[in-house]
Amino acid sequence: MVRIDGQGNGNNLIRARGLGKTYQRGGEAIHVLQGLNLDVDAGDFVAFMGPSGSGKTTLLNLLGGLDVPTAGSVTVAGDEITRMSTRKLTAWRARHVGFVFQMYNLIPVLTAFQNVELPLLLTHLSKAERRRHVETALAVVGLADRMHHYPRQLSGGQEQRVGIARAIVADPTFLLCDEPTGDLDRKSADEILGLVDRLVTEHGKTVLMVTHDPLAAERARVVLHLEKGVLVDTVTAGRAR
Amino acid sequence: MKYLPLVLTNLFRKKTRTALTAGSFAVALFLFGILTVVDSAFQQGVDVAGVDRLVVLNRVSIIQPLPLSYRDRLARIPGVTQVTFANWFGGVYQDERNFFPQFAIDRETYRQMFPEFVLPDAEWQAFLADREGAVVGESLAERFKWKVGDRVPIKGTIFPGTWEFNIRGIYRGRRVQDDTTQFWFRWDYLDERKTFLKGWVGWYTVRIANPDDAVRLVKAIDEHFANSPAETKTDTEKAFAASFVKQMGNIQLLIMSIGSVVFFTLLLVTGNTMAIAVRERTRELAVLKAVGFSDGFVLALVIAETMVVALVGGGVGLGLAKLFTLRGDPTGGLLPFFYLSLDAIVLGLGLALAVGLMAGILPALAASRLRVVDALRRI
Repeated sequence: MVRIDGQGNGNNLIRARGLGKTYQRGGEAIHVLQGLNLDVDAGDFVAFMGPSGSGKTTLLNLLGGLDVPTAGSVTVAGDEITRMSTRKLTAWRARHVGFVFQMYNLIPVLTAFQNVELPLLLTHLSKAERRRHVETALAVVGLADRMHHYPRQLSGGQEQRVGIARAIVADPTFLLCDEPTGDLDRKSADEILGLVDRLVTEHGKTVLMVTHDPLAAERARVVLHLEKGVLVDTVTAGRAR
Repeated sequence: MKYLPLVLTNLFRKKTRTALTAGSFAVALFLFGILTVVDSAFQQGVDVAGVDRLVVLNRVSIIQPLPLSYRDRLARIPGVTQVTFANWFGGVYQDERNFFPQFAIDRETYRQMFPEFVLPDAEWQAFLADREGAVVGESLAERFKWKVGDRVPIKGTIFPGTWEFNIRGIYRGRRVQDDTTQFWFRWDYLDERKTFLKGWVGWYTVRIANPDDAVRLVKAIDEHFANSPAETKTDTEKAFAASFVKQMGNIQLLIMSIGSVVFFTLLLVTGNTMAIAVRERTRELAVLKAVGFSDGFVLALVIAETMVVALVGGGVGLGLAKLFTLRGDPTGGLLPFFYLSLDAIVLGLGLALAVGLMAGILPALAASRLRVVDALRRI
């Protein structure tokens, strides 16, 4: 269940209350997000749409603990992340958030295996355990046979799959995807969206995705529209419709 | 250890750049090694000087002699336990470029005064038994391929004529720093053949009972010979050796200046290189932070990369310097102690790491302070 009216039941996985973000630019205050409320349950697949500059990415940054709000709070699984120190927030991100970037952002000098292994280096897992987790993640995205390839040896779609494997390998609480198909052709985009869909339906992952692509948004269970820093409506979309 | 591949793979990202940076460290540390060797060579006499030995010279100058009669008078001064003397010969073997020090020594006392020079008793006895006998250091013997029994002609420059010597012994040093390039022959042979200054010696070396008493004895000796036709100037052996080094200028200052300029330049070059390397990887570093790597980790990662380059480059440079010194004195006798010590190698590696740390700290701080949202523009 996704709500934007601030009337969530208190058991939601993600809860934002009165969320605001203001930037100062040349003495002028730019209100990117204003008093935003959001409740997302575990297992939800939410797409955020809206014109450029509407605050979609800023919202994702705040929900993922990459940025701090000017006003309001974000609580994830009972932890109010907006009150955490930078150090705690970094550790929290490692444990709870999987990021999927539009430009994949793989490290070019590392193989697919090593890229996926990165988040696990922060854990106490042994080398053998890390290997097992990485192989499983790469198998989920269908790249078990490409684990020793470098990013330059992979297609765009394959690179994004590696990015997704990196996001899920540490079994985070939820995934944040920013335009995950924005740099892909239609066929590759459909494959990636199918993969994200499977993560939700088969593996019970919670996914929050920013997209400009209506076809991508259709895959989500709920589509939220942002305009001038405010969530304006909720549309039940895709399979759930 | 699990982060090591991350450090190493980053270094191999731009192989040429890494090689050139490491090469800069190698060149700088090679130079450091050689400068240290040269400095040690000049300081060698100071370092190995006996703490319980004083050198007694003519007050006028080192080239003015002292009467042989001073030997017994010195021996009678309370606190002096042993006396020996020697004379500079200054001859030429085959060619003027073949410089090595030649001393006419007192055969009865010289060996006891300098126990750091070791040779078999049989060879010493053979030397004592031969008026034209000579004892040479092992480095000198090796340099000219001399062996016991060889006859060596030396042309006198102070004492005219060709002087022929029979090599009766080859000494070695107890410590690696001991000078093994000297040529000793009997002072009585010199005194017998020379046509002037008979009964005069170059300088005396005296052993004192208590090194803590050196200052008092230096004064006592010089006062003892005050107002005589040959007044003395006495010094500890260490001070005497140091005065020799000073005559050649402030070698240490020169070496320090060159070394400082080289290391400062290295610091700027490496710092600039690391700054570029970090700027190129802004996005990747932001991704690392996004997935949970701390600011401290990113700081350590960048510094570790610089330190590895410094350590590898510095190690190569010092290794090459060590190899260079293994070939021995390249000056043909001016720097008899041409040796890169383990202490100098450790100091060099420490300096390389310090430069690596200083060069890496600013780019590393910039990387650690990077705001993920700014660097990624969008997540």
